[in-house]
Amino acid sequence: MKHISLTIDGIEVITTPGRTILEAAAEAGIRIPTLCYDPRLEPYGSCRVCLVEVEGQGRGFLPACATPADEDMVVRTDTEKLRGIRRTIIELLLSDHPNDCMTCESAGNCELQDLAYEYGVRKPRFQGEQHHHEAIVDNPIIERDYNKCVLCGRCVRICREVQGVGVYDFANRGFEAVPGTPYNRPLTETPCEFCGQCVSTCPTGAIVSIPSKGKGRSWQVRKVRTTCAYCGCGCQIDLHVRDGRIVDVSSPLMVGPGEGNHCAKGRYGYGFVHHSDRLTTPLVRKEGELVPATWEEALGLVADRISKAVKEQGPDSVAFLASARCTNEENYLFQKLARAVVGTNNVDHCARL
Amino acid sequence: MTNSLEDLEQAACILVIGSNTTEAHPIVGLRIKKAVMKNDCKLIVAEPRRIRLCYYADQWIRQMPGTDVALLNGMMNVILSEGLADEEFIRERTEGFEEFKKIIEQYPPERATEICGVRPEEIRRAARTFASAPSAAIVYAMGITQHSHGVDNVISLANLAMLTGNVGKVGAGVNPLRGQNNVQGACDMGCLPNVFPGYQAVTDSQAREKFERAWGVERLPETPGLTLMEMTDAASRGEVEVLYIMGENPVISDPDVAHLKEALEGLNFLVVQDIFLTETAAYADVVLPAASFAEKEGTFTNTDRRVQRVRKAVEPPGEAREDSWIIAQVAARMGYNMGDISAPSVMEEIAGLTPSYAGISYRRLEELGELRWPCPSPDHPGTPILHVEKFTRGKGKFSPVEYRPPAEVPDDEYPLILTTGRVLLHYHTGSMTRRVQALHELDPENQVWVNPADAGRLGIQSGEEVGVESRRAAIKVRAKVTERVPKGIVFIPFHFGESPANALTNTALDPVAKIPELKVAAVRIIAGPDKDKLSFVRA
Repeated sequence: MKHISLTIDGIEVITTPGRTILEAAAEAGIRIPTLCYDPRLEPYGSCRVCLVEVEGQGRGFLPACATPADEDMVVRTDTEKLRGIRRTIIELLLSDHPNDCMTCESAGNCELQDLAYEYGVRKPRFQGEQHHHEAIVDNPIIERDYNKCVLCGRCVRICREVQGVGVYDFANRGFEAVPGTPYNRPLTETPCEFCGQCVSTCPTGAIVSIPSKGKGRSWQVRKVRTTCAYCGCGCQIDLHVRDGRIVDVSSPLMVGPGEGNHCAKGRYGYGFVHHSDRLTTPLVRKEGELVPATWEEALGLVADRISKAVKEQGPDSVAFLASARCTNEENYLFQKLARAVVGTNNVDHCARL
Repeated sequence: MTNSLEDLEQAACILVIGSNTTEAHPIVGLRIKKAVMKNDCKLIVAEPRRIRLCYYADQWIRQMPGTDVALLNGMMNVILSEGLADEEFIRERTEGFEEFKKIIEQYPPERATEICGVRPEEIRRAARTFASAPSAAIVYAMGITQHSHGVDNVISLANLAMLTGNVGKVGAGVNPLRGQNNVQGACDMGCLPNVFPGYQAVTDSQAREKFERAWGVERLPETPGLTLMEMTDAASRGEVEVLYIMGENPVISDPDVAHLKEALEGLNFLVVQDIFLTETAAYADVVLPAASFAEKEGTFTNTDRRVQRVRKAVEPPGEAREDSWIIAQVAARMGYNMGDISAPSVMEEIAGLTPSYAGISYRRLEELGELRWPCPSPDHPGTPILHVEKFTRGKGKFSPVEYRPPAEVPDDEYPLILTTGRVLLHYHTGSMTRRVQALHELDPENQVWVNPADAGRLGIQSGEEVGVESRRAAIKVRAKVTERVPKGIVFIPFHFGESPANALTNTALDPVAKIPELKVAAVRIIAGPDKDKLSFVRA
C-alpha cells in the first residue's frame, strides 16, 4: 500500500492515505486534545479543541479529527496560539457548566475536566447566563443532565451512526439547543435499546449510567478485562471492581468483536453476580427438602451415587449435561469426567436449545 | 461461522434468515446495520415477525414459520433458470450438482409460494439480489435450526451459498450465530455424545487410543452416547438413573416441560451445579454452588471461532467454587486424579489433543487477545475464513432437500402457530437477566404477541391476561396486540418461568441433529372467563 509522509511537530510521520491528522499523530505517539471525537464515529469537527496549525492552509487552523493527512504536510499541534484558542474554548464551555466535579458521576472520567486540568482553567473569564435544567430520570438505566452537555453531538451520532436507531437529535436552537428525544418523550417511549452507547461516548457527566451512580470513581475501581457472558458475540468488556464487587462495566475501545460497542445485557446485565439468590453452600436433599451440607458430604454423595449406578447398571446409566455458559477448560474436564472416569459418551449440552 | 464478524461489513448482500439479530446478537446486528448504512449492502430479511432489521432491509420476506426450505428452493430455482449461478465455482469446488438440480427444478417460485406464502415476484427479487451481488453472506440462528427439519434448512443455506460461489471469500459464507457465550466452545471441547474435543469421532479407534493414552485409561466407550433430548426420554424409561447437570436450566429451555419434569422426577439421582437455585436445580438431590464467569479464569470461544480470555475479577460468594475444582473433586472421589486443573494447564492439555486448538496457549492469548481456530501450531495466526481453497471434505457436496412440513401444523382445534425466541433485555432462561434490577424494571413480564386481526376475532385487548394452550400444556400470559406478528402467528419469549413458553412447544426432533422444533407449534388462545378452566403450568 502507498504511504504518505508528513511532518508533525518536527517529527516525520509515515501513515496510510485516508488517515486524519489526528490518527497520524496518534500513530506517532503525539496526542492532540479532543472533545467531540470518538474513534467509533465519523469525523465531525465541531468542538475545535483539536485545531492544529498546517503550513500554507489559509488562516492555518484546521481540525485534526476531520482533516486528512496529506503528503509533505507540515503540522504543529501545540503552539502558543493553539493553546490560547483551546483555552478560550474551554473557558466558554465552562462558563455554562455546573462545575460540580465533586459530586459529578463522571469526575475522573470526564474529557472536559481533563482539558480544564491540562489547560489550567480554574475559573473562566466569561460570566453569562447558565442553564438550570432538571436532570431527566425517566428510566432505570440512563440519566440525562443537560446542564453538563457540551453539544458535541456524540450521543446523537453514536445512536444514529453506530446503533442505527437515532433516538436523539438536537432540539431547539442556539442557547436552548439540547440533544433531545422526539417530543421530549421519555427514553422508554422511544426506540431506545438501552445499550448505553450514549453513556459510553458522552465526554462529560451529561449522560450517565444510573446503576453505577455513586458506586466508585474511575481511580477507585480496578478494571478486569474479560469476555462477556451473554450471547455468542464474545465482546470484550472491562469489569469495574471496587471492594470485591462489580460496580460497572465498560467496553474497551476498538478491542475484540465489539470494538468498544456494547448492548444492554453486556453493559448492564452484571447485577446477578452479587445477587442475594446466589448459591453459597452445597445443598443435599434430606426428607424431601434441600438443606445446606458440607462440600465433603455433597461431593462424597455425588461420587458414591455415580459409582453405584456404574456398578449396578453400567456407565451408560449415567448422563452428563455440560454447559454453554462455562469455560472451555471446564467443559473439557466435564466430558473427561464422563468419558475417562465414568466411561460413558452420554455427554451433551444445550447447543440445540 | 465460516467467516468473521468483521467480514460481514464487507458483504454486498446479506441474507438474514431465522435470526432476530439486533435483539439476540446486538453487536452482530451493529455490523449488519453498518454494512447497510455505510457500505450500501443490500439486506434481505426473511422472517415472519417484523423485527428491527426489517427497517434496514432492501427487502423483507415474510415466510410462514417452518417453510424455509420451500422459500430457499424457490430462490435457487430462479437462480438456476435465470443463469445466475456461479458455474465456475460449481465446476471447480463442488459435487452432486446434477442431482441437486433435478430437485430444485421441481420448485418454481409459484410452487414455493403455495408453501411459504411469499409471492413469486418477491422470491425472484430476493434470488436476483443475492445471486448478482459480488459477495453475499448468509446469517442465521435458531429460527433456522430449531425445526424438525433443521438440518434440511441448514443444508439448503449451504446449497444456496455454493450455488452462488459465496464460500471461502470475504463478505460471504454461511454464518450461524451461536446463542450463548460458549456454546461454540462446549461443542469444540467434545461436550457432544459422538465426538471428543475437536470433533474427533468416538467411533474412530485411533482417536480413542490417543485419548486413552493421554487420560491414562484402558478403554474409552466406543459408541456415541445420548443427546440431551434422548437423555430425557431414556430417563423416563428408567435407562438413565443419574443425571449430572452443570450450568444448564432445561426446565425452562427444553420443550414440553411436563414431560421433562416427569423425567427429572423419575431419575434416581440428579446433580445440578449452578450459580442459582434454578427451576431445574429445584428437582436436584444434590446442588453444587458454582462460581460465575466473573469469579474464574478460563476461555470462551465465540460465534466466529475466536478463543478469548475470561478473567477472575471477584471472589465467588460463600463456599461457591469454580466448576473445574468441583469436577476434579468428584473425579478424585471416584479414584481418578485430574492433575493440575489450573486453566492454563488444562488449555495445554486441550491443545495437545485437539488439532484445531493446537496453537492456542494462554501465553499467546495474553499477547494477541484472541485466536481463531483452526490454529494448528504455535506459530499459526488463526483462521478468519474457513473453506478458502477447499472444503474440509474436499469438494463441497450439494445435497438436494425436499420440503417437509413442520411436525405440528395448525388445525381447527389449535388454529394458531406459536413461535418462540428471545427479547432484547433478557437472556435464555432468565436466571441472570431477570435478577438484574434495571433490566427487570424495563421488561418485567412475559407477553404473547398477537396480530390485531386475531386479537379482534378473539376479543383480546393489549395488556389482558389470556390462556395459551397447546396439545401439551397451557400457560397464563399477558397479551400484546401488535402487527409485528402476522395473522395466524403468535410469539412468546421463553425467558419467563412463571409463564414458560416451552411448556407449550413440541418435542418433535430433527432426525439427524436431534434438535427440538421450538419454532413451530400449534396453539389456541383462550380469553375471558373460559381461560380460568385451564390448568396453567409454571416452571
